[in-house]
Amino acid sequence: MDILIPIALLLLLGAACAALLTLASVFFAVKEDKRAAEIRDCLPGANCGSCGFSGCDGYAKALSEGKETRTNLCTPGGDGVARDIAEILGTSPSEVEEVVAYVACNGSCHPKDKKFIYDGPKTCKGANTLYSGDRFCTFACLGYGDCAAVCPRGAISITEKGVADIDPRKCIGCGLCVKTCPNNIIHLIRDTSRVVVKCSNKDKGASVRKYCTNGCIGCGKCQKVCPEGAITVTDNLAHIDYEKCINCGSCKSVCPVGCIHEGNFICGAHFE
Amino acid sequence: MEELKSLILILMGGVLINNYVLQRFLGICPFLGVSKKVGQATGMGVAVIFVMLVATLVTWPVQTFILDRFGLGYLQTIVFILIIAALVQFVEIILKRFVPALYRSLGVYLPLITTNCAVLGVTINNITDGYNFVESVFSTLGVGLGFLLAMVLFAGVRSKLDNAPCPKAMQGLPITLISASIVSLSFYGFLGIVENILL
Repeated sequence: MDILIPIALLLLLGAACAALLTLASVFFAVKEDKRAAEIRDCLPGANCGSCGFSGCDGYAKALSEGKETRTNLCTPGGDGVARDIAEILGTSPSEVEEVVAYVACNGSCHPKDKKFIYDGPKTCKGANTLYSGDRFCTFACLGYGDCAAVCPRGAISITEKGVADIDPRKCIGCGLCVKTCPNNIIHLIRDTSRVVVKCSNKDKGASVRKYCTNGCIGCGKCQKVCPEGAITVTDNLAHIDYEKCINCGSCKSVCPVGCIHEGNFICGAHFE
Repeated sequence: MEELKSLILILMGGVLINNYVLQRFLGICPFLGVSKKVGQATGMGVAVIFVMLVATLVTWPVQTFILDRFGLGYLQTIVFILIIAALVQFVEIILKRFVPALYRSLGVYLPLITTNCAVLGVTINNITDGYNFVESVFSTLGVGLGFLLAMVLFAGVRSKLDNAPCPKAMQGLPITLISASIVSLSFYGFLGIVENILL
């Protein structure tokens, strides 16, 4: 009969614990909006933050609570996701401006020829802390692949020239690489754009020529030839105003150093 | 005065000398699992302190007034596991309601506290060491703080490891375990220090 006391005790304790948990689950129940979970499932889940919220959960929550009414903020998701979200919320869908990232560096400043032997952590951030990196050009892509490491779609690879190359067919335009690059040489452009200046060098032309064959020397030929006046040369570097650019490509043909590139390579996904 | 001194001794002993993670090797799972970021490690440490304290507040009276009275000391382990498991579930519900950010960042590790041997270990050791109720609470607090200290220290070490050059074969878990053993070894330097400070 002695066995009955421990059995009764354990049963009693178990019942007490069960009662506690039941009460807690009733009184502290969390009301979850079903729509938030549905929207969350539509979103790509990269948590890139390009919508301006702290990840996909944050955006889904703001949408379901009505704090955010724009359904087209998810650039990686594109029109498809915007349509799905609008359907869940019962609003009319709006188009997403799809963007891709490109690296503004040709990598022509002799990858083997370094200012010094860098022996620190193999990251761009680390290399950049010492004299803006080990390349002669202080605006160059350092090629240690910080951007490739954060890319949620594996769209970035490092070429033999030692610069990052973004595959536009894989790029979802989340902009994580743009935020990561310590030299700030990755930019986002609309995926309908065809012309880019693949250089970020703001040094004077003469000094650029010393270490780079493709660097922008700020000669201003592109500025003169552009029929729309979309190009301006400031700080010895050509800038394209994509509001005005008509993708004619005349700037590319006059550029004496070949730092302006044109073609589908920027926006392969768009043309396929 | 003597009582206060012994309480401080118990507290500091739990943090530095009998550090559960680094000296007794209890609770290694969260120590290796949640120590990648300092923020998460702190959250986990605080959650464990909280669970340990609540567990002690319940298990000590249960042991003294129920198990010992009816001569059922042999049920200690199973009863304690039952109580701790229920408490962790309770804490989980509370966290989900009031601190959802911490709830999400702890993720799977909160349910893992359920079967965390550090929590069970501290409650059982309080009984076997013959502590009274107040001493038990102080000992638990010390052990919990020691756990937090170990977590935060090791999270710092790991963030350094991420950028350290390391042979390919040792990358990841092997170098983490080796660093853990070095951190553990360094804590042996505290042996005897607390008694000598207070004397």
